[in-house]
Amino acid sequence: MISDAPVLQQSSEPAETAAAPSRIVRYARPVLGVLLPLTLALGWELVVWVGWSNGRLVPPPSRVFANITELARSGELVRHITATLWRVALGFAFGVVAGTLLGAISGYWSLARRLLDPTVQALRAIPSLAWVPLFILWLGIFETSKIALIAVGVFFPVYLGVMGAILAVDRKIVEVGRTFRLSGPAMIRRILLPAVLPAYVVSLRVGLGLGWMFVVAAELIGASEGLGYLLLDGQQLGKPAQILAAIVIFAILGKLTDWLIEVAAAPFLRWQDAFGRAKGA
Amino acid sequence: MLALHRVSKTYPNGVEALARFSAEIHQGEIVAIIGGSGCGKSTLLRAIAGLDRASSGTVTLDDEAIASPHAKIGIIFQEPRLLPWLSVADNIGFGLADLPAAERREKVARALERVRLTEKAQAWPRELSGGQAQRVAIARALVPQPEVLLLDEPFSALDAFTRRDLQDHLLDLWADTRPTLMLVTHDVDEAVVLADRVLVMRPRPGRLFDRIEINLGRPRDRNSPLFENFKRSVLTSLDRSLDRSVPDRDATQGPGQAMWW
Ligand SMILES: Nc1ncnc2c1ncn2[C@@H]1O[C@H](COP(=O)(O)OP(=O)(O)OP(=O)(O)O)[C@@H](O)[C@H]1O
Ligand SMILES: [Mg+2]
Repeated sequence: MISDAPVLQQSSEPAETAAAPSRIVRYARPVLGVLLPLTLALGWELVVWVGWSNGRLVPPPSRVFANITELARSGELVRHITATLWRVALGFAFGVVAGTLLGAISGYWSLARRLLDPTVQALRAIPSLAWVPLFILWLGIFETSKIALIAVGVFFPVYLGVMGAILAVDRKIVEVGRTFRLSGPAMIRRILLPAVLPAYVVSLRVGLGLGWMFVVAAELIGASEGLGYLLLDGQQLGKPAQILAAIVIFAILGKLTDWLIEVAAAPFLRWQDAFGRAKGA
Repeated sequence: MLALHRVSKTYPNGVEALARFSAEIHQGEIVAIIGGSGCGKSTLLRAIAGLDRASSGTVTLDDEAIASPHAKIGIIFQEPRLLPWLSVADNIGFGLADLPAAERREKVARALERVRLTEKAQAWPRELSGGQAQRVAIARALVPQPEVLLLDEPFSALDAFTRRDLQDHLLDLWADTRPTLMLVTHDVDEAVVLADRVLVMRPRPGRLFDRIEINLGRPRDRNSPLFENFKRSVLTSLDRSLDRSVPDRDATQGPGQAMWW
């Protein structure tokens, strides 16, 4: 009732929507997004509460939440989150640096692309988890191999994103730089960098997503702390509430870090003719 | 003086886009280049701008050979080619990065006023209409005060009304510092309104076919019989240029003889 009528109104005839309904719409919109998960969660809570299910394998939200608070109170939660975040941060940093450098070199310099790109593409074809045994042999079972695995996951989307973005820079705009006789560095700083930035931000976000995926893989393989360890521990000890708690925290952290990139990049991308912004998303 | 001496361009794929094009264009002169599609007009302009190199022949500006983009030569393309991440004001000031900020701001402000876009100074390029964007492109090219401004069909994407407006506007701006203008156009009306001289080209290979002096004072009255006469002579020459049975005229003829009608 609150939701659909005003939304339609605003998109078709913004002039007719007065200040009050549009404010309602602004607050109603995020609420729409959580409507479905909230309904499902409450529904399940109710089902267990009424007794139609004992909720042993699929614990209701209240039990998951209790598990989280319990972990938080004991200080365990902070320890696991810190361990996981630290791995993702390091792996992401290494992957981004390597991906950006090599992607920029291959994009900018066609000789390097011919030399480098086929190898990178071939490596990319290997499912990244196949590296795990090798990394463990080379780098040991502890942090280094985990971070290397995450970095590998982050590397490829960033590399591809940077290289593709540089190759896709509009020749016509580069010509504008040439007519104003920009030097090489000035051309990079004033034309290429801003032109590449939107695609770069996207590739960072994709890379981060893969980083979160690979941290789970790395921690499932063997860890004594971290959210992935919570997952494994929950499975081995038969504590589905703990598994769900870890999943929920993964979701929150993933969304949060992704949002951080988006927010950090937003001031540099205000010029974009964004479809999403026009709709007020 | 801008001197083109037997400028030729053969693209790597073997297309002979331009063959032995010679012309001398005086400082402050307005020259329109007209001709059928594919007769090498853009190729010529890009060679003068130093964006592409001629296969043979030379382009010199005041006895300086042009082989790469030159500070005294500006170019405006068919599309505005504004940088989408810069505001209108920053786009106009793009070529002034070497100046101190205060001086740059002042020049940009003056240019914005000249193209009547002061209130759009902080707008993004995406927020401009086609005509406004092209005005920004003109301001961006003019603000470093080039001696030669090349225009490759600058108004062809605009409606007739806006086009007229911008033609008058361009003449206005030209009167400020009187740069040499070299304008490629498909529009005979535009050529006769703007140019002191019209160069007609013919294709395969692209070469100079005819030169027509437009001996009309300024401002020009688009409805005068004399204006119509000039238009007709340009049209006739254009028709003959596309007629393969008409032999090449000797391009070294004096301009007086070009008035063959
Ligand atoms: N980069 C290129 N590589 C190969 N051939 C080209 C290239 N650019 C242009 N040509 C060819 O050279 C000839 C002249 O092209 P040009 O763009 O100079 O024509 P034009 O007179 O500007 O035509 P139009 O009025 O349609 O813009 C054409 O036959 C075209 O196909
Ligand atoms: Mg052309």
